[in-house]
Amino acid sequence: MATSNESKTKIGLTINGEGTEVAFASHKTLLEVLREDLGLTGTKHGCELGECGTCTVLLDGTPVLSCLVLGLACAGRDVRTVEGMASAGKLHPLQETFADLGAAQCGYCTPAFLLTAEALLATNPKPTRDEIKDALAGNLCRCTGYIKIYEAVELAAARMRGESAEPTRESLYGA
Amino acid sequence: MARKSSDRPTARPPDRRIIGKALRKVDAVAKVTGTTKFADDLAFPRMLYCKLLRSTQPHARIVSIDTSAARTLDGVQAVLTGQDVPIPFGILPVSQDEHALCLDKVRFIGDPVAAVAATSEETATAALDLIKVAYEPLRSFDSAEAAVANPEPRIHDYGDSGNLHKLIDLEFGDADAGIAEGDLVREDLFFFEGSTHLPMEQHAAVAQWSPDGKLTLWSSTQTPHYVHRALAKVLGLPAARIRVIATPNGGGFGGKSDPFNHEIAVAKLAMLTGRAVKITLTREEVFYCHRGRHPTLMWVRTGAKKNGAITGMHFRSLLDGGAYGSYGVASTYYTGALQTVTYNIPRYHFQGARAFTNKAPCGPKRGHGTPQPRFALEVHVDKIAEQLGIDPAELRLTTLVPPNSLTANYLRVGSMGLGRCIEKVIEGSGWKRKFRKLPNGRGVGLACSSYISGAGLPIYWNNMPHSGVQLKCDRGGGVTVFCGSTDIGQGSDSILAYIVAEVLGIDPFDIAVVTADTDLTPVDLGSYSSRVTLMSGNAALQAAERARQILALHAAKKLEIPAERVTFADGRVFDSEDRKKGMPFADAVQVAEAAEGTVGTVGSYTPPKSAGRYRGAGVGPSPAYSYSACVAEVDVDPETGIVRVPTIWIAHDVGRSINSAAVIGQVEGSIYMGLGEALMEEMAYRGDRNVVHKIPSLLEYKSPTTLEMCDVVTYLVEDPDPNGPFGAKEVGQGPLLPVMPAVANAVYDAVGVRIDEVPITPEKVLKAIRRKAKGEEGRVGPEAFPDIPWPEPTRVPTPWEGGDGKAVERVRA
Repeated sequence: MATSNESKTKIGLTINGEGTEVAFASHKTLLEVLREDLGLTGTKHGCELGECGTCTVLLDGTPVLSCLVLGLACAGRDVRTVEGMASAGKLHPLQETFADLGAAQCGYCTPAFLLTAEALLATNPKPTRDEIKDALAGNLCRCTGYIKIYEAVELAAARMRGESAEPTRESLYGA
Repeated sequence: MARKSSDRPTARPPDRRIIGKALRKVDAVAKVTGTTKFADDLAFPRMLYCKLLRSTQPHARIVSIDTSAARTLDGVQAVLTGQDVPIPFGILPVSQDEHALCLDKVRFIGDPVAAVAATSEETATAALDLIKVAYEPLRSFDSAEAAVANPEPRIHDYGDSGNLHKLIDLEFGDADAGIAEGDLVREDLFFFEGSTHLPMEQHAAVAQWSPDGKLTLWSSTQTPHYVHRALAKVLGLPAARIRVIATPNGGGFGGKSDPFNHEIAVAKLAMLTGRAVKITLTREEVFYCHRGRHPTLMWVRTGAKKNGAITGMHFRSLLDGGAYGSYGVASTYYTGALQTVTYNIPRYHFQGARAFTNKAPCGPKRGHGTPQPRFALEVHVDKIAEQLGIDPAELRLTTLVPPNSLTANYLRVGSMGLGRCIEKVIEGSGWKRKFRKLPNGRGVGLACSSYISGAGLPIYWNNMPHSGVQLKCDRGGGVTVFCGSTDIGQGSDSILAYIVAEVLGIDPFDIAVVTADTDLTPVDLGSYSSRVTLMSGNAALQAAERARQILALHAAKKLEIPAERVTFADGRVFDSEDRKKGMPFADAVQVAEAAEGTVGTVGSYTPPKSAGRYRGAGVGPSPAYSYSACVAEVDVDPETGIVRVPTIWIAHDVGRSINSAAVIGQVEGSIYMGLGEALMEEMAYRGDRNVVHKIPSLLEYKSPTTLEMCDVVTYLVEDPDPNGPFGAKEVGQGPLLPVMPAVANAVYDAVGVRIDEVPITPEKVLKAIRRKAKGEEGRVGPEAFPDIPWPEPTRVPTPWEGGDGKAVERVRA
């Protein structure tokens, strides 16, 4: 939203590892601050009511729904968005596997799934399929049926553990 | 020149380097890095924000609209009402019944009546509260049955009868006589509740007006070509001055296939203010845009021989269309069109009706008009098999439509891999040891389906191609493909790159794909009816083959070999008899460019002519039909009625995969969406005088999460179709269709009750179990089909009765 007539508050926070100052109308959500005041449109929205998980970002390493977090509440804190996942022109292992397996179809829910999965793997490097399902249960995807997403998380997890894993033939070519 | 199936070149490189491989999509990296620009990600200097004031009445005359207070609010730049954009529009030529903003009456809660453009979204929202609308309420109708029973007051002043928008009666041979020849005659009633697309991206559009009289609209649309047409019509601008750019769609599923009121509103507001104007719908508003699955009541009567052979079928459907026409006339025809392409139906009678009601308009959702009758047909066939004492898989296998045949309603079936699909899922699921043999509470069900790979006829009938491609070869070795097709997540941009890369022997990632921009790209009709891979794929194939021909001609001269020996592979152009004799692809372009000038080609695709010549024959024909077979295993808790689906086995005849991983992705996504429709998804309205959507939110409209999604075992059956590029048929919609009936049939196998409607909720299962326990019929489903004032049938003799596809002239008494 444009904020021409509103008084703004300035806060400092860390976004994707960089200290940043941003001024915005105090009622704005973190989602709005990211997209509208910082130009980080990689974070998407599906409902702005906390129902779909599409706007998930990591706040101090924990997945949060950025549509339900006030921007002001992020002063001094650490925010990670999809824009921070690739580094030095190299994709994060999760981004690699999501791209290779087709875990991103329309791509709209993808940033949220990537960040939620990243947070899961940070605490549980070898999750079972059920643990992955539990971790991703708050994120809706209408394209994939979730299966390629599970497979991408499992494959990235294996690679992040240092294993030289490849996609199964069945997931790419069918049973 | 349009590609016809007859002028297909036969010489192709024998081993495919790209086609069929599980490659990354060309836009995959943009998607996983969040850099894809969706419509709401666009922002322009001094951009204004638009909000729509929506009707609070389901059916009412607009007595007055007072916008004076809103206009004076600080920050408001313009306010529109219906009088500012009075020209009607609609996706189909026969139902131009929508206005950007309602003119004299509103037809559902959510119908837009005014639009505001302001410097912030909050100001625009505040302005809406200042607009005063006086309504004179009219009686409203919340169901098709209510619309049938009450011809007055009419929701629209057009349509076939009262509040019935469309009435269809088509008879192919004497169906009653055919049915009477059956050893068994069975009648059933089914109901399919409406459901919605629920794309994760809410519709958004940005319009920009330039003082030189040019309008640009960016929109999350699946059909930029039709939006282009609608804008030209409503705004009175030459189409040449309008540029429509479809931004990548954050999911479509059919919900972004109509030209929409909000697109026209921002365009008009941009023209009035001279500033960019954006609208992003709220999630609640997406439910008012809808155009989803029509709630459909169905009645079917079939005659069958003892071996299961069908002797005749009579099928009736009644669709609840909601408040506007949308694609509804086509949807209604589709509820009767594809019954004939799976099992042989020698004589067939279809009667279809679509009612107007005071709900959000229905239209095309994945499967468009065919999941409802497919649900009815597949459960009906399951009941017939049980009554005849035949395994339902055996019954289906013995009644399959043969490949390369013509159906009773003149649909031309080409490749037909359903038999192999059935065999795959029967074997994979362990059907023979499970069917009617699992313990109480567990069961398996089988269902099959078919879907079109694009429609044989365009929405606006003309003789032009359905898809066009331009191709430009750069002297640096890059190739750019221009096509009007729209990527909605299904991967249509990638298909273009793979096909061109295969033909020219280059890396698909050396190809730039420019799509869905009416200024830059040749027309493709849009991402609907599963048409894009087949049609834009064929257009790309033709353009690429023409480019190869030009390059080969000049490379041959340079290499001093005959042109037919010039081979394109691995980024090189070389002598097939001496691989070392050759040049990089870029050099081949340079040689050709030096000889002829800029190297560019075009390709286009027009489907083969349909066999049917009767009125209504436009819906159903397709260059190729995909086939699917599906076994669902269910766990039903008899105490709670909760149905869990652990696994679904699906086999899909895709003709030929262009990218197998993308094909499997479409299959799994279809299973997911079908599972939602089978178990939980429903558009629920409060059905009193105020017909209001009960649950317009992502929380209350239940859709499957990771916790409900089943395991999926996918088998790809490749039976290349001569009409598809490299043999490819559709996959985006077909695999959804068998899921709902397979689950319903599995519930019967598990607990012996028939739920003849979807969604199959715990309440319905429990109700049926209790009825059965009381000795009543263990069934929940509709009880009656209302009397409809059907027209005189259009009688079309079948091909085996000497018919030529034309209707018999009616004899007037």
